[in-house]
Amino acid sequence: MRYSNEPLFWSLFSAGGMLAALLLPVLIVLTGFVLPADEIAFSHLQDIFSNALIRLVLFALAFLVFMHWANRFRHTLVDMGLKSLHTPISVLSYVVAIAGTAWAALVLLG
Amino acid sequence: MPDTITLELFRYHPDRDERPRFQAYEVPFREDWVVLDALNYLKDRVDGSLTYRWSCRMGVCGSCGMMVNGYPKLTCAAFLRDYLPGPIRVEPLSGFPVERDMVVVLDDFMQKLSSVKPWIIRETAAETMASGEYRQTPAQLAAFKQYSMCINCMLCYAACPVYQHEEQFVGPAVLALAQRYNLDSRDQGNSQRYPVVWADDGIWDCTFVGECSAVCPKHVDPAGAIQQAKIQSTVGFMRSLLPFGNR
Repeated sequence: MRYSNEPLFWSLFSAGGMLAALLLPVLIVLTGFVLPADEIAFSHLQDIFSNALIRLVLFALAFLVFMHWANRFRHTLVDMGLKSLHTPISVLSYVVAIAGTAWAALVLLG
Repeated sequence: MPDTITLELFRYHPDRDERPRFQAYEVPFREDWVVLDALNYLKDRVDGSLTYRWSCRMGVCGSCGMMVNGYPKLTCAAFLRDYLPGPIRVEPLSGFPVERDMVVVLDDFMQKLSSVKPWIIRETAAETMASGEYRQTPAQLAAFKQYSMCINCMLCYAACPVYQHEEQFVGPAVLALAQRYNLDSRDQGNSQRYPVVWADDGIWDCTFVGECSAVCPKHVDPAGAIQQAKIQSTVGFMRSLLPFGNR
């Protein structure tokens, strides 16, 4: 039997959804609200984010969250009646997700 | 308490009506009457041409599913008193072709149901009655028992937004029943079911809206069954990518 290729995209979607739910709110609250907006906190964060392992984790987080978005966006459009455009919608969604991931990589390397 | 309540019934007789219409009827209001009682009252005393399916009147046969005020319900379990002051609008199950009044065409569902072979399949040949029964532990029974409660009433199909516009979608009840047999320790038929279950029009059409589980009168959880099957399908897919994967 020919396998559906959905398991690949669905597993990335699931992983991204799980991480987005668990980690993103924590990161937003910590970096956006809990830490004071002063130079000491900024340089402290800079130290943390210069760690290669933490950058790798952030990159994986960005990649999976983008893949989560792409899958949901594509299924939403198809379910809204654009089934005939499934292939171009899929290509567009994942190109945007990969572009977003590349952008995250550039930011993290910079 | 009112003396009567109004029912607005979907009427369509293809030999007589050009298009469906709604017809309002007054029925006596009784505290212990369900919508099905009101329909039976109308059929017996007011309009014998009214057409709908029913049988057991106790939530077991799965025949009397209809849309009651836009929501899929077993009409034998939908009390008039819960819809006061009325009117109560009764329509055929959403997403199915209408044969006549509240009777829908079941062919699509029946064909999908048989496509997943919802029975115990043994691959081991030459088993006889003499070889004895297949014993199960309580844990093995618990793994599939809730999915075996399905009465094929198709309320989950009427509730599923995917099935409403994706006719090919195998659908919640059938996928839950496939899972019921796949999870049964006595069954060896997964390899015969997964070409249907793991296909694009099988579990992968489901976007986990979850309405199927919300409307189920027997507390089956088709949405959960489909999610379980997605994980099994993903494991199978990943294995197939390995050079020494077994499928």
